[in-house]
Amino acid sequence: MTSPQHTDLSQISERTNVQLPSWKSDAQPFVQIENITKKFDDFIAVDNISLDIYKNELFCLLGGSGSGKSTLLRMLAGFETPTSGRILIDGVDMAGIQPWSRPVNMMFQSYALFPHLTVAENVAFGLKREGIRGAEVKQRVTEMLDLVQLGHLGKRKPNQLSGGQRQRVALARSLIKRPKLLLLDEPLGALDKKLREETQFELINIQDELGVTFVVVTHDQEEAMTLASRIGVMNHGVIVQTDEPQDVYEYPNSRFVAEFVGSVNLFEGQVTVDEPDTVCVTSPEAGGELCVNHGISCAPNQDVHVAVRPEKIRVSETRPDQTYNCLQGTILDIAYMGSLSVFKVKLASGKEVRVTQPNTNRESGGRFTWDDSVYLSWDMDSCVVLTS
Amino acid sequence: MSASKIAWINDSYAKMTRYNFFRRVNWGRFSVVSVPYLWLAIFFFIPFVVVFKISLSEAAIAVPPYTPILDWNLEEAYVTLKISLSNYLFLLEDDFYLSAYLSSIKVAAISTFFTLLVAFPIAYLMARTEGSTRALLLALVILPFWTSFLLRVYAWMGLLKKNGLINETLMSLGLIDQPLIMMQTDFAVYIGIVYTYLPFMVLPLYSALEKMDMTLLEAAEDLGARPYQSFFLITLPLAMPGVIAGCLLVFIPAVGEFVIPALLGGSDTLMIGRVLWDEFFLNRDWPMASGVAVVMLIILVLPIMLIRNSQGKEGAA
Repeated sequence: MTSPQHTDLSQISERTNVQLPSWKSDAQPFVQIENITKKFDDFIAVDNISLDIYKNELFCLLGGSGSGKSTLLRMLAGFETPTSGRILIDGVDMAGIQPWSRPVNMMFQSYALFPHLTVAENVAFGLKREGIRGAEVKQRVTEMLDLVQLGHLGKRKPNQLSGGQRQRVALARSLIKRPKLLLLDEPLGALDKKLREETQFELINIQDELGVTFVVVTHDQEEAMTLASRIGVMNHGVIVQTDEPQDVYEYPNSRFVAEFVGSVNLFEGQVTVDEPDTVCVTSPEAGGELCVNHGISCAPNQDVHVAVRPEKIRVSETRPDQTYNCLQGTILDIAYMGSLSVFKVKLASGKEVRVTQPNTNRESGGRFTWDDSVYLSWDMDSCVVLTS
Repeated sequence: MSASKIAWINDSYAKMTRYNFFRRVNWGRFSVVSVPYLWLAIFFFIPFVVVFKISLSEAAIAVPPYTPILDWNLEEAYVTLKISLSNYLFLLEDDFYLSAYLSSIKVAAISTFFTLLVAFPIAYLMARTEGSTRALLLALVILPFWTSFLLRVYAWMGLLKKNGLINETLMSLGLIDQPLIMMQTDFAVYIGIVYTYLPFMVLPLYSALEKMDMTLLEAAEDLGARPYQSFFLITLPLAMPGVIAGCLLVFIPAVGEFVIPALLGGSDTLMIGRVLWDEFFLNRDWPMASGVAVVMLIILVLPIMLIRNSQGKEGAA
């Protein structure tokens, strides 16, 4: 395995292009979640979810706290029993199968390393429960510790390790039994930003190398974007959208997804033009007509929202040469963030629009200043219409 | 540099460090810490020295009833120091004392074991419940302390005696024809000790179990451990400090227990606490009684020090 510093980005992006992603082919799903509901007393944590996860996928369940993502994960591991519905893993119904008998391992958010055992003993724990003894245990533990680059720390106790090292031990421990399905609960949540970025690529490499199906739970949309082959966005116990990261970002299917994944500007308006390849919306909030180059199914004059990402908006001093997607406002606030600058622009309607501009040269940060009157514009294929 | 100069520098350096030492002592902290030590010195160490001194003298019909160790006569100008080891020799020679020690240790060990068995589920439940339920369980464990210890032992006599509550109930249910003989047996002593010392076992176990992260058990199950394996591989090792503390808290006082075997035990229940009582109040042999007490202390302190020592090494490793 390559060390995180030398991770070749092209290799990672290449991976998904090698073959048709399994969820697009007609392969048999590896994990089938069928109408799963989980109630805690009156509270519905998971509400009638159906989801298929395919072999070798790195599936991310993305959602805020209380969205039911962890409950769904715990039902896959067998720690919670579904109130109704069923889960099949590799075609086998998991009902009544106890956690210790499932072909599934889990990496816990707190890592849950056994404090009284050494690193090597922690990793060996799962093997020994399978009745494996002696030289084979030693060999497999060494292999696994080498894979996570902790070969030299086998004799340490967990409290003698750094956060990043503990995370690796937890990963090694959950992979040692060669599970068909690995569940990861906020795997990078406890790491600092730099370490998290390194570890993300490492996780992807390990997943690729071992060919294990990963299901990751996270509340961090950036983490989900980098890790996942597909993302399921959860809200109030329901999966709102399941798509590849790029589609979730570029084509959110609802205001919730648009706002939860990345930041977005939403303009309320009524549909005026409704054609198969063009939709136009009159928005008093935006103070103009907004057009999108994709069709939607809606009633005439229906209230909709047009969503546009801050980085897709152009800022100019003079009026651009287009009649639609063109707004005027004054700069309310500027935040210089190094690689880019964030502008808050106030429109005549009082609405504030968030715009980010890359600082392509050293001077571009100072191009605009407070209270400048500016025009905002974007292309038809840069925004989406949301009906819900 | 001449040797004398080096010596002078060393000397002044030593003076300087001594000076700093006194400057650095935090007198406020020192006075707070010294109170308990002073307490232990006055009420534990000095009495122990007195007892040890008495154990080296011989019984006499006098007030106090033993011979002085140090005797002097100023007019005839002599001082005699008379140390008698006869009490300790007698302890070794007479099988009676050895068997009393062994029997005390046996009774204490068996009771400690059963106290552990009873206390573990209670402590586990307390550690796993939350909020008001936990507070209630804790109160229930401590509640017996609000009644006199003697009263509680007498209550057991009422339960265990021949026409006591247990026998009456079993006979009226037709389960037995003859009343069970429970009073004046070792069984009654075990019941009394387990019952009395239960809170001392429950509380340290609870504090150890309460610190345990429940996800550790889920992690163990996830890795293929059945619940009983999780218990022996995870819960028990992590509760070990509590187990050791609880066992010491029960075992040590149980060895010297006097009231419970005297009230619940029979004439054949031989325990060192009773021997001590008899030596002191029936035989009025204070030196012998002191000797018995000193040996008991040594028997108890040595294994505890060994345990503490091995724990300390483990903690450092």
